[in-house]
Amino acid sequence: MKRIVLLLALTTALLSFKHQGLHIGELADDFKLKNVDDKMVSLADYKDAKGFIVIFTCNHCPFSVKYEDRIIALDKKYAKKGFPVIAINPNDAAQYPSDDFESMKKRAKEKKFTFPYLHDETQAVATGFGATKTPHVFVLQKETDGLVTKYIGAVDDNSDNAKAVKEKYVEAAVDALLSGQSVTVTETKAIGCSIKWKK
Amino acid sequence: MINILALSVALLTLQPIRVIDLSGLYSQIIQSDDTLYVVNFWATWCKPCVEEMPYFFAAADKFSNQKVKVIFVSLNSVKEKNTVQKFVNDRNIQQEVLLLNAGNPNVWINEIDSSWSGAIPATMFYKNGKKELFYEGEFTPQQLDSIIQSKIN
Repeated sequence: MKRIVLLLALTTALLSFKHQGLHIGELADDFKLKNVDDKMVSLADYKDAKGFIVIFTCNHCPFSVKYEDRIIALDKKYAKKGFPVIAINPNDAAQYPSDDFESMKKRAKEKKFTFPYLHDETQAVATGFGATKTPHVFVLQKETDGLVTKYIGAVDDNSDNAKAVKEKYVEAAVDALLSGQSVTVTETKAIGCSIKWKK
Repeated sequence: MINILALSVALLTLQPIRVIDLSGLYSQIIQSDDTLYVVNFWATWCKPCVEEMPYFFAAADKFSNQKVKVIFVSLNSVKEKNTVQKFVNDRNIQQEVLLLNAGNPNVWINEIDSSWSGAIPATMFYKNGKKELFYEGEFTPQQLDSIIQSKIN
């Protein structure tokens, strides 16, 4: 009996966890997080932006590392069109020392990040968005009501080899939004490193 | 000469990693019988996965007299086959370890479970030709044991 109760508790915890976070069409909350230049950044600071490519990523995860150059390329291509990249590291640095703020600064400098790399120290932003892994992308569009979630998922369909990519999901989503169309593929999945939540 | 002999003996006892696609996983590995298949998705680079692996070793031992089979499915890149092989050899892993090569993750992740975000570790429990439970996240040893116990009864 005790085991069944445990199992039920586990299943309930699992189910309730699944329903947290943003869904397509829902409004994302703005936030204020510290950037690697020690300044605070909010989405509201970007008066001219049409939307955002918010990417939960980190230093330690091999999948995040594989995508670094592609994330830089996304920002170079879309920031000037009104969809800048906002990178956020939500990992608990106590569990992953290489994800601490100093290491973030170092990595941003080494890779010459053209976009903010923010520290979600309380993990409240990742929780609010419903990010579960790194990298995990959320494309938001600025509308009269606020920031509407238009795409959730992977950068593209091949983490291993940028040259073998067949479907560039994020680019397709942002291109559609820029041309006033609706996004065709709104949600995708990819393998990633689970976000390490504080204990 | 002795070195070569020693090496051959060592190689014979090693478990070679098999690369498998999704249909192979379901047709060759997970059978439609009353064995409980505990299929853990992991990777050598995934710290929480590596941390929870001993719980699966312990569970495989604990339930060795029951119809329980623990299988580790690595989601490392196929290019990292040697890394996975070395990991398995270094730790002398006794359970079957496979390397999944299934193409576009946006397709196969949903085929395994539509609730899976793609984060690992994740574990699937399969019995009598159907999925009993899919869990994204790490287990405690107690959680893993109680789920296995509840599924073999």
